[in-house]
Amino acid sequence: MTTLLLFGATEGGLFDFDATLPLMAVQVVLLTFILNALFFKPVGRVVEEREAYVTTSRADAKQKLAQVEKLEKELRDQLKEARNSAQKVIEEAEKDSDQLYREALALATAEANASREHARREIDSQRDAALNQLKADSDKLGDLIVERLLAAK
Amino acid sequence: MGFFPFVFPFAELEVGQHLYWQLGNLRIHGQVFMTSWIVIGALLALVVIGTKKMERDPRGVQNLLEFLWDYIRDLARTQIGEKVYRDWMPFIGTLFLFIFVSNWGGALVPWRLIHLPSGELGAPTADINTTVALALLVSLSYFYAGLSNKGLRYFEYYVHPTPIMLPFKIVEDFTKPLSLSFRLFGNILADELVVAVLVFLVPLVLPVPVMFLGLFTSAIQALIFATLAAYYIGEAVEEHH
Repeated sequence: MTTLLLFGATEGGLFDFDATLPLMAVQVVLLTFILNALFFKPVGRVVEEREAYVTTSRADAKQKLAQVEKLEKELRDQLKEARNSAQKVIEEAEKDSDQLYREALALATAEANASREHARREIDSQRDAALNQLKADSDKLGDLIVERLLAAK
Repeated sequence: MGFFPFVFPFAELEVGQHLYWQLGNLRIHGQVFMTSWIVIGALLALVVIGTKKMERDPRGVQNLLEFLWDYIRDLARTQIGEKVYRDWMPFIGTLFLFIFVSNWGGALVPWRLIHLPSGELGAPTADINTTVALALLVSLSYFYAGLSNKGLRYFEYYVHPTPIMLPFKIVEDFTKPLSLSFRLFGNILADELVVAVLVFLVPLVLPVPVMFLGLFTSAIQALIFATLAAYYIGEAVEEHH
């Protein structure tokens, strides 16, 4: 059986206002307070705590990143400096060793020259001496031969 | 009978019949309260389960609750404004959740299987008393919001751009609750009726897309009601310069 009671029904109807209205309003207001206490406040607290946590951790992380970047830059500078100074030390050492080599070479050459000169002079003097001796000896012998020859005559 | 000149022996459609309860000399619609208690019970159960053990890394129902909270906060914040949205978030949220769960409960739960002596169970929002109650609460709240935020300067709103607006703004105070309540009531009741009539004419397959449409309408209506309520409150607390 189809029953459609619409407007103007004495009993019931679609627009049948009664105490349902205020009681429902009271119910919804109560529900608002209950949900505020059980849902909106606690969940809001958790969500906002998390948001704060995320914000502070992000700020922390950012700060740490900046610090790390600064340290990295410092270290890189130090590394560069160290590399430069090492290069300089190497260059200096090379120069030093070069100079030492040159000096040593010059010294050795000079010494060698000096001893060669000395040797030559000695040889010369001994040769002169020997020649002189030889000359004197030959003169003496010559004289002796002359004397013997003269005496034999 | 005027609408349906046929006789269907297997189904019955009841509109505008209520299960009356007598409280002293007050009469109330029992079926509306029964379903509203189920709706409220479901909401409270969800909220109690979800907030029982809340952690910083949300798990299970807490995720759903946080999603809802966030959604309601965004709704309240965009409509009411940064300054006072916190005060009104619980009210807007309760309206949204209550209407949404009512509507979906009405569309999803096969209430018809429970037989009542008179009337039938359905969404509480398909009863004009509920929607008018909600709409009047919205009216009270925007008045309260305006008066508590700006004192008597709230009434500047009535003559805001020019005093010519005064009659229109006064009429608006009546049309706002009227349109709020009738929009919700009409949509939900119409959806229930369409589904009922279709079920009753073609009991197979055909009502299903209409039921899906009903679910969509139900959700949209809850959103519209909550958004408009927030908008009215926002309008009342807005500072004119």
